[in-house]
Amino acid sequence: MNTIVRENREIDRVQSEQFIAPAASVVETADGYTLEVEMPGVNKKGLEISVENNELTIVGRRSLSAVEGTLIHRESRPENYRRAFELDPSIDANKISAKIDQGVMSLTLPKAEHVKPRKITVS
Amino acid sequence: MSLIRYRSPELMAWPSLDRWSNLRDDLNSLFELPFWSSFARQGQLFSGWSPALDLYQNNDNVVAVIELPGMRREDIEISLHDGTLAISGERKSESSKGEKAERTERYIGKFRRSITLPTRVDASKVSASYRDGILTVTLPKAEEAKPKQIQVNVD
Repeated sequence: MNTIVRENREIDRVQSEQFIAPAASVVETADGYTLEVEMPGVNKKGLEISVENNELTIVGRRSLSAVEGTLIHRESRPENYRRAFELDPSIDANKISAKIDQGVMSLTLPKAEHVKPRKITVS
Repeated sequence: MSLIRYRSPELMAWPSLDRWSNLRDDLNSLFELPFWSSFARQGQLFSGWSPALDLYQNNDNVVAVIELPGMRREDIEISLHDGTLAISGERKSESSKGEKAERTERYIGKFRRSITLPTRVDASKVSASYRDGILTVTLPKAEEAKPKQIQVNVD
């Protein structure tokens, strides 16, 4: 099953604020999916997760303490993170839970009860 | 002063994660075709991990800020040798049986970054903190490297 993979790039173009797409990994388990998104510099306060029309949008805003001094070499990107995923119809959007630890957000997307495999006993 | 991002030779050279993520997404979308799907599962083969590093300098310190999301403190190693700061470590896979990877962009495995420092530092006073996936290494400058004001008396 090919789930939660379609990107929504058009929206990124329309919005004036520039975002970068963070790296993400999706794992399917028996009970649902686990989505991990790498957003170094983002903590709980800067995280915004929304579901609309079966589309999951994650925005992560960095809250970095400024370093005193002159920047002499830069590789990091100043933009905040944004990424959208299409939810698989089997996911129960009301039961999505999230946590963030050391810049990696983990989202648990449980499958709805009615799509889980079950055994039917014949009486 | 060498400021080139170090790439470990055992890792395949490939554009680093963030900067090229749009390109990579385009490539991944190719891999989502049925023919390629078995290759896409091994996504990390195509992308080594070279964490982004920023370097700051003020009167007293050189400060290195490195993006290392999702590490455990004990898996990060910092060393200083001959004026070169090296950060290395390993991110271990946490996957277990019964899980199926749908998409793997996060890099699992070893990494190493090194950078030549612009001035001499006092190796005994180096300190580091790790918060929100960002490692900050503060390297106090050696006394002889600090800027000094020289008073010249004019008669």
